[in-house]
Amino acid sequence: MLNGIWTFLILVSIIVSIATHHADRITQGIFQGAKDGVLFSFGLISIIAFWLGIMEIAQQAGVIAMLSKILSPLVRWLYPSVPRDHPAMGFLIANMSANLLGLGNAATPLGISAMRHLQMLASEKDKATDAMCTLLALNTASLTLIPTTVIGLRITFQSRAPSDIVLPSALATLIATVAAVFFDRYFRAHERHKVRR
Amino acid sequence: MMQVLTTISTLMLPLTIAFILIVGLVRGVSLYDAFITGAKKGFGTSITLMPQMIAMLAAITLFRVSGALTIGITWLKPIADRLHFPLELLPLAILRPISGSASLALLTDLFKQHGPDSLLGRMGSVMQGSTDTTLYVLAIYFGSIGITKGRYALRVGLLSDAVSVIASIIVVNWLFTK
Repeated sequence: MLNGIWTFLILVSIIVSIATHHADRITQGIFQGAKDGVLFSFGLISIIAFWLGIMEIAQQAGVIAMLSKILSPLVRWLYPSVPRDHPAMGFLIANMSANLLGLGNAATPLGISAMRHLQMLASEKDKATDAMCTLLALNTASLTLIPTTVIGLRITFQSRAPSDIVLPSALATLIATVAAVFFDRYFRAHERHKVRR
Repeated sequence: MMQVLTTISTLMLPLTIAFILIVGLVRGVSLYDAFITGAKKGFGTSITLMPQMIAMLAAITLFRVSGALTIGITWLKPIADRLHFPLELLPLAILRPISGSASLALLTDLFKQHGPDSLLGRMGSVMQGSTDTTLYVLAIYFGSIGITKGRYALRVGLLSDAVSVIASIIVVNWLFTK
């Protein structure tokens, strides 16, 4: 998909700029865009490294474990098909905690481990179970408390208030997550209904 | 009301950090060493992002400076107007579920054009920060264990992305315009 989009963007740009006699803009554009890519990836190192440093402290201090404890009743409610003390449960909770803290890269391996354990509970190995669909729904909506990358980018652009989007983001992500859980349950019920008929 | 909300936004990050440090202190974590260990991981994360950022920002910048974006926007304008959707955010909304680095590159471009503190810049920030890349998550999670029948998972992901886009616009509009 990205293949197509990327190639489309470049080819259309070249065709348009030649058609409008501005072929010189292509060279400028490539150089400027590539330079920005390097600059902003470098700019992001600062906040990402800092945040991961703080999160390592949180990990060692047991703050993430505290968060997991708070979240566990909610997670149990979200995954009614997973037994309480099944190993998948631990990964499901850890995955949600990592997402909440904006640790997308840590959340992914935890989510995959959860998937592996959920597969053990599955009867058909190539078909997504209810719990897997819920895990997907929650991770695509990705409930995040602090969007570190975006804050980092805003700092790079000398925003006067880089973190004033924290609360709106939390609100938007909460709405999207609630919607995701709703859609997940709605389509599941819908599917069951169809099968029964 | 507005003042209170902004204050909460600004305090959330410092308070989280203070809380973590205090708990770490009380529990005898060697704070500085732990920080350094964690921060080291940040380099890998940012540097691995660089090739994608170069690829996408070059393509997006080309698309803008060549005038192709202006043409595309003229075509999309009637649709955006009908939906009362800010035209400048349409590319971001479309690319957000498809690629995280591509939408980050688009956000970078948006900041460059309008500034991070403009209404558009804030809406874009919230859009980028409030959801994850649906197609990527789907591919990684299902791919890793060989799930081929995803049932309704894609539908749920894309629908909740749409909700997040709309919520971003409404929430920012509500909080930042008088």
